[in-house]
Amino acid sequence: MRITLEYFAQLRDLAGCTREERDIDAISLGTLYEQVRRDYQFPLERDQLRVAVNDAFASWDEAPHEGDMVVFIPPVTGG
Amino acid sequence: MAVRFVIAAQEMDITPLKQALHLAEAGGYCSFEGWVRNHNHGRVVQALEYQVYEALARKEGTAILEDAMARFEISAAAAMHRSGMLDIGDMAVWIGVSAPHREAAFQACRFIIDAIKERLPVWKKEHYIGGEAQWVACHHHG
Repeated sequence: MRITLEYFAQLRDLAGCTREERDIDAISLGTLYEQVRRDYQFPLERDQLRVAVNDAFASWDEAPHEGDMVVFIPPVTGG
Repeated sequence: MAVRFVIAAQEMDITPLKQALHLAEAGGYCSFEGWVRNHNHGRVVQALEYQVYEALARKEGTAILEDAMARFEISAAAAMHRSGMLDIGDMAVWIGVSAPHREAAFQACRFIIDAIKERLPVWKKEHYIGGEAQWVACHHHG
């Protein structure tokens, strides 16, 4: 299936792009993160991040769907 | 509308946000402003950059204000968070809460800034003298 990934902060710097489309076979968002993490050498463990799908927080064991927009959310530092 | 959350890409006049809190039932108003300071962890900071996941930040910011409405006896709540490049002294975040009685206004204001730091999908990059810059690693030290 084809999804869109969007990156923020240090993950954007490491990925070298703001967003990309990918053909994936991951059965969960957690598996997807491990695949992307390997590609870009993200230093952050999964339990340090949150994940959002289509602009809403999601859980790592959810399955991605065709056309989803997925964002891995590193520790936030607003305020 | 009892809550209003705004992400602002430019410096913003918060007067309209404040005026919307000035309700007949409210006996007072409490606000918090976060400003860009010129140092962090012993380093001289020249500017701050905020990157914001806007669609989710608007939802989560609104949810934070609604949580405050449910948790405290307040009349209305509003907040603004900046995105983009900010200079020293610029206002990075503003929170306003009105309530019939002051205690709830103070408590809700504190709750909202703490929740923004903990939950809002926003990332801060510090720019130092000489052109070096880095993402702030952890909000507890931000």
